[in-house]
Amino acid sequence: MADGATAAAAALGSTPTGPLSGLLFLIVAFAAIALAAPRLARRPGGSALVYGASFIAATLGLLSALAGLVCAPETLVLPLGLPWIGAHFRLDALSALFALVVNLGGAAASLYAIGYGRHEHAPERVLPFFPAFLGAMNLVLVAADAYSFLFGWELMSLASWALVIAHDKSAENLKAGFVYIVMATFGTLMLMLAFALLAGPSGAYAFADMERAPHGALVTALVLGLALVGAGSKAGLVPLHVWLPLAHPAAPSHVSALMSGVMTKVAIYGFIRIVFELAGPPDWWWGIPVLAAGGITATLGVLQAMLQADMKRVLAFSTIENIGIIFVGLGLALAFKGNGLEAAGALALTAGLFHVLNHALFKNLLFFGAGAVLNATGERSLEQLGGLIHRMPTTAAVMLVGAAAISALPPLNGFASEWLTFQAILLSPELAPWGLKLLVPAVGALLALAAALAAACFVRLYGIAFLGRPRTGAAAEAREVDRWSRGTMIGLATLCVLAGILPGPVIDALQQVVSPLMGARMPVQGDVAWLSIIPVGESRSSYNGLLVFVFILISAGLAAVLIHRFASRALRRAPAWDCGFPLNDPRTQYSASSFAQPIRRVFASGLFRAREDVTMPPPGDLSPARIRLSGDDPAWRLIYAPLTTMVDALSARANVLPHLTIRQYLGIVFSALILLLLVLAIWP
Amino acid sequence: MPQPMSPHFVFDIAHLLAGAMVLISLMMLYQDRLPALIKVFALQAVALAASVAWQAYAHDAPHLYVTAGIAILFKGLVIPVALHRMVARLGIHRQVETALATGPTMLAGIGLVGLSLVVMLPVTATSDPLAREDLAFALSVVLLGFLMMVTRRNAVSQIIGFMSMENGLILAAAGAKGMPLVVEISVAFSVLIAFIILGVFLFRIRERFDTVDVDALDRFRGGRA
Repeated sequence: MADGATAAAAALGSTPTGPLSGLLFLIVAFAAIALAAPRLARRPGGSALVYGASFIAATLGLLSALAGLVCAPETLVLPLGLPWIGAHFRLDALSALFALVVNLGGAAASLYAIGYGRHEHAPERVLPFFPAFLGAMNLVLVAADAYSFLFGWELMSLASWALVIAHDKSAENLKAGFVYIVMATFGTLMLMLAFALLAGPSGAYAFADMERAPHGALVTALVLGLALVGAGSKAGLVPLHVWLPLAHPAAPSHVSALMSGVMTKVAIYGFIRIVFELAGPPDWWWGIPVLAAGGITATLGVLQAMLQADMKRVLAFSTIENIGIIFVGLGLALAFKGNGLEAAGALALTAGLFHVLNHALFKNLLFFGAGAVLNATGERSLEQLGGLIHRMPTTAAVMLVGAAAISALPPLNGFASEWLTFQAILLSPELAPWGLKLLVPAVGALLALAAALAAACFVRLYGIAFLGRPRTGAAAEAREVDRWSRGTMIGLATLCVLAGILPGPVIDALQQVVSPLMGARMPVQGDVAWLSIIPVGESRSSYNGLLVFVFILISAGLAAVLIHRFASRALRRAPAWDCGFPLNDPRTQYSASSFAQPIRRVFASGLFRAREDVTMPPPGDLSPARIRLSGDDPAWRLIYAPLTTMVDALSARANVLPHLTIRQYLGIVFSALILLLLVLAIWP
Repeated sequence: MPQPMSPHFVFDIAHLLAGAMVLISLMMLYQDRLPALIKVFALQAVALAASVAWQAYAHDAPHLYVTAGIAILFKGLVIPVALHRMVARLGIHRQVETALATGPTMLAGIGLVGLSLVVMLPVTATSDPLAREDLAFALSVVLLGFLMMVTRRNAVSQIIGFMSMENGLILAAAGAKGMPLVVEISVAFSVLIAFIILGVFLFRIRERFDTVDVDALDRFRGGRA
């Protein structure tokens, strides 16, 4: 305690105004905004005030994080939390990178919500938790002992849970909230166990102590498993993902964006912090479970995204896919490092971290777009939309950028990071163990399948919602959203393009994070001519986003010029080809489920039990023919259904407990005490 | 201190007083009439006060005298007198209470004392011998109080078992010489308040069920006695 106090005084004395203190100050500011929010919520314009203040705080946090990325690591011990431990804080490059992601997402969501939040019908249920959620995520990132970390983690879960059930009128949202809180508690429990194992019997809960202490092989193996399950359940690894497609769409759209784009990244931060740093140098096999989980997650996530009709659920499942891609990057980094190939590991980790940043950008953008569509039409189901490109041109344009980026099309940022991941996969023949030599290409094939399916999935999302003709009156009368929302989306789309055409500076900045973790770094991209990037060596492969961009610009411009110059200018109106159907009903268009049909039949009939029930009326009957689709998530069927049955059976057994007599209760307590004392007496 | 005493003497007296408390706890186990039980409880409070006062004298810790004073005032005087009057008003001072036969209870009590010695002595091997023995005795007193709560079916004797457990805690705290007076006073007061609340409850229970036998409550709840 005395040591902690002197250390705190020393730390306070030495670094009063670093980026770490800035972030801590901002966490307090977020807490203050959260406390003031219930009062402000009742006033007109209070919502804009809360979101405006959150925007300013998050922007300052963004600047602190940028400063933290270039400065040397900073530490601070404050006499908070548990009295004999104190609260340790540290801002190193890894924390700073994720703080950058969190505050970038937070600033964007706040700015977007200044406009979007006006339509909120219960602002007092959203406003207090939004800044609390942002503050809690920042707290997780700067925490440097297990207690502060878990405190922030749990605060983050609770604040987001409150946001999920903000609209508590629908039973669906309440179910989502319940599943979410159960899974979040389970994940925290796993992390708590992991930290307890790392802290060891001496109870060294500060991260610096955990990192220094030697750990046995069994302990680190257990820690790897617990971290994968604990952080993976928050990030959405299959089969722990079941809460994610329920909870993310249930929250208001700007919160969905934060949960999908940012909170899952905090989970990845937790995984990297525990496995890459605290658990010590990896064994050769550590990459195997991570790679397998990542590959399966990516494929199953995107397959399910393909089957959904609800726009926000499509995006939530696509988050699961991207988490899988990121975990493949992390698993490769572990495999390479565990087998002594640090340089290749640096490439894989860079790819994973780059994808973290990219996914935060485009997933926020896409959720904002979905929110804009929801606001304009009141509809989330793709089957009710269509033709929005005419009514909402700005939203349509930025959504196109987001969809292209998430489908990994060059020259956008999604391509850059996925390309780096594939470059790392191509290095796998250098790995010595045969298991890895065979597994990594298999995971690469899964990833390639996932990338192709993701493209199909977003062609479907964009095509059904924005192209064609409106399927309902609501879609036909949609109006473009407010300026704040549009401005935010344009900003994010610009960042997606910038990170795509200039990946070199981003990769160089990421080396600040990668080199302390891996003990190696990628080649300096700033020295490469013409802004290309080279992952390993110039002779092997290189990519130039700017070149692709310029090529696309020139060819598209040339095509436009040619068409306008040489094609006839006369306006002609003619009947469109009607596919042989004389009906002019918008319902005759391709629907979202018909678009997905081939993929559903090929991939989903087995695993997801996707079925089509066609009711065809007999000849002479004028009632419409109906097709009903059904399908389920194998994780529910194979894991969670037996689990809930078991819990039900156990709780039925335990139901005698509330009906015992007073003396029986006392007897139970007494015998438990005696039993523990006996164990203590007999134990050597 | 007027003259230096041999450490053996200090140790022996402390040992004697703490041992007396364990002995009195065992005595409580076989009292089947309530007035006798209350008297034995008062005796235990006196032994506790003496033990704490001896610790105060031996360790030269004057604040422990206050603890001893509190013990003798409340547990030796106020609570026993109040309990006597309560039992008289409830009209149960002549009742004979049989929960478990005396023989097995005493055997169980002896077993508990042995268990607490076996547990405590190796755990505290490095600390001061006086504190060690005190802790072992204190744990015995706590366990015996608990045993009484489990075996008795009359609510009054359960209250006495509860307060006897608390005596054990005070003994442990006095031996550990770390517990500040504030904590001790607050513990004493919380026990007193618990006592008052339990007293109120007793009368409420009697009003409703015409008995203070806790099995009647269980029958009313539909549980198995």
